[in-house]
Amino acid sequence: MTRHTLSVLVEDQPGVLARVAALFSRRGFNIESLAVGPTEVSGVSRMTISVNVEDLPLEQVTKQLNKLINVLKIVELEPNSSVQRELVLVKVKVDKESRSAVLETVQLFRAKVVDVSSEALTIEATGNKEKLEAFLGSLEPYGIKELVQSGMVAVGRGDKSITERSSRSADKSN
Amino acid sequence: MSNESNSLITGAQSLVRSLEHAGVTDLFGIPGGAILPAYDPLMDSKVLRHILVRHEQGAGHAAQGYALATNRVGVCMATSGPGATNLVTPIADAYMDSVAMVAITGQVPSGAIGTDAFQEADIRGITMPITKHNYLITDARDIPRAIAEAFHIASTGRPGPVLVDIAKDALQKQTEFAWPTSIDLAGYHPVTKPNVKQVKEAAKLIMQSRRPVFYVGGGVIKAQAARELYQLAELTGIPVVTTLMARGAFPDSHKLHLGMPGMHGTVAAVGALQKSDLLITLAARFDDRVTGRLDSFAPFAKVIHADIDPAEIGKNREADIPIVGDVKETIVELISAIKAEFKAGKAIDQEAWWQELNAMRKAYPLGYDLPTDGSVSPQQVIARLGQISGPETIFTSGVGQHQMWAAQYINYENPGTWMNSGGLGTMGFAVPAAMGAKVGAPEKTVWAIDGDGCFQMTNQELATCAINNIPIKVAIINNQSLGMVRQWQTLFYESRYSNTDLQTHRIPDFVKLADAYGCHGLRCDSPDQIDATINQAMKLNDAPVVVDFSVHKDAMVWPMIAAGASNDAIQYARDLAPDWERGDAE
Repeated sequence: MTRHTLSVLVEDQPGVLARVAALFSRRGFNIESLAVGPTEVSGVSRMTISVNVEDLPLEQVTKQLNKLINVLKIVELEPNSSVQRELVLVKVKVDKESRSAVLETVQLFRAKVVDVSSEALTIEATGNKEKLEAFLGSLEPYGIKELVQSGMVAVGRGDKSITERSSRSADKSN
Repeated sequence: MSNESNSLITGAQSLVRSLEHAGVTDLFGIPGGAILPAYDPLMDSKVLRHILVRHEQGAGHAAQGYALATNRVGVCMATSGPGATNLVTPIADAYMDSVAMVAITGQVPSGAIGTDAFQEADIRGITMPITKHNYLITDARDIPRAIAEAFHIASTGRPGPVLVDIAKDALQKQTEFAWPTSIDLAGYHPVTKPNVKQVKEAAKLIMQSRRPVFYVGGGVIKAQAARELYQLAELTGIPVVTTLMARGAFPDSHKLHLGMPGMHGTVAAVGALQKSDLLITLAARFDDRVTGRLDSFAPFAKVIHADIDPAEIGKNREADIPIVGDVKETIVELISAIKAEFKAGKAIDQEAWWQELNAMRKAYPLGYDLPTDGSVSPQQVIARLGQISGPETIFTSGVGQHQMWAAQYINYENPGTWMNSGGLGTMGFAVPAAMGAKVGAPEKTVWAIDGDGCFQMTNQELATCAINNIPIKVAIINNQSLGMVRQWQTLFYESRYSNTDLQTHRIPDFVKLADAYGCHGLRCDSPDQIDATINQAMKLNDAPVVVDFSVHKDAMVWPMIAAGASNDAIQYARDLAPDWERGDAE
């Protein structure tokens, strides 16, 4: 099993998220992370979907996704040639003794404190999956009271845009 | 009803006018609360004939039969909630078998959506995985565009069902009518033109093959490519097999035709695939009922796979040469590519291959034993139906033993003469589909070959047929049981017949039932009456005819490959396997 990141351009229409999500579940895939938002083109939204699958069924899913009328384009983003980011907001327990150690960890990971109270710090961090896992791992011993994490967003490196025709489509048969 | 002036009309009038613009002449449905506004202007339409069915499932299957008989889009209509959910089965059926269909449903008023209102069901959500696309319309202005797009999507590319759900207030509101002059869907561009380079590669591979087979699927009929397939087969002399969905795509009488492959296919057709070195797959989808255990299907074969749906290619079996495009255009290109190869002095050496195939065909023909107790053989009834009513007749069927016998023992010579529920396997398909086919092709004889189990699922449409002068003919192959399930119980459950005995020899009395529905009812329970009964039914055209053929209940469908088994384990009769040397083909 390998992790794949799909960028899916869709028409901004009611029900389109349900269509895409239902297709993944019908074909037996678990979506690991999903992020949806507007793009530079009005009326077009972009979904970034992260899934753990073998290559062959992934090809089948991208082909099936391409059949959805509201799906405009699917591009698979390779980790090496793209920038991938997630965002976490984490509330960590602190007391007099641990406060400075936690703040040091925050600095080390280039995260930032966004809210302070006497017994907890709320920290915002962005990064790829690996960095955030490492960050959360080092906060774990202090006690994580609450954690919320965004879906991954990703963009290809270089000067090309996936809204241009030239970028590679994930549907290999076309 | 006002004509083409741009004065204000209701959403319902806009819907009716849209259907007229889409070329609709016949539709099947039942009114109810939410769709009620649409039925009022429908009454005034000079163009639309609405046939009032008795159950929405009947409307859906009728739309399917209509579409298959006319190569146009079939249309069905229902109200919200239960009306819409009753359409789910035919929509799923049309999705699996790629039938062009538009389903129109009423929805509760937009303000009530999401409140669990009376007769509310999220039919758009429910049908998402079983439609090619669907719409929920809450604004009257959107009706013409949605209808235009629905017909475009349903009928182009790989055909399929599209549902348009319209909120009641959108039907009631005033709107201007504007029929879209062009349809441009940014995310929908079906590829119809095959890649010529790929086609040339395919032609080269065909020239190199020694054991090629045309594996022909239902898409050849949908693409109206039967004539082109005939030319291609004649040109190459390559054997042809036609799947359950493709029966009629190539004449059964042709010497190149080996019959149907699959779970109940002929030994020659199954054997040809298993021993082939090249499958030339034309709009077929490697269904499990054809391949058997996938990892032992056609183990020596390279695969050329032509289909209009890119997602079918490589789904179940890797293709060596994928060709995405309309299969008719693909065949035309293939013909010229092969002619070029011939011109260059190439030939396909198939002599040894044909010797082997002919030996198989001769040793293991389709056949059945007549019952020794004087009862009627179901296979014989079906074979005689085919012979007496002739090759122009349209046959529909339900699902089960009678369906397989109808696929095996009727000789199909023309495309569009065989309609059944292949993918979904919907019992109850036969009668309403026959009704739709007869509405679409009133000049043709339409026989529904049905089982006694299937028939009881949708026979209420006999009322629709009798009242609307749709004189279909129904042959009930009555073996008093759910025959195919019973056959599996015989073979795999030690003849323990759990819940398959329908007692249809007692209840209902099909002849009386036919009579009650205003149809002719005939009965046949002895072999010497078969022909006379069929001939009598053929003469009765003033009303639908129902014939109760009381048949031997132990008759089984052979050949058979057990579910999940390898095609190599085919048996042409119980415990009898053909003698073909395994694993050493080339």
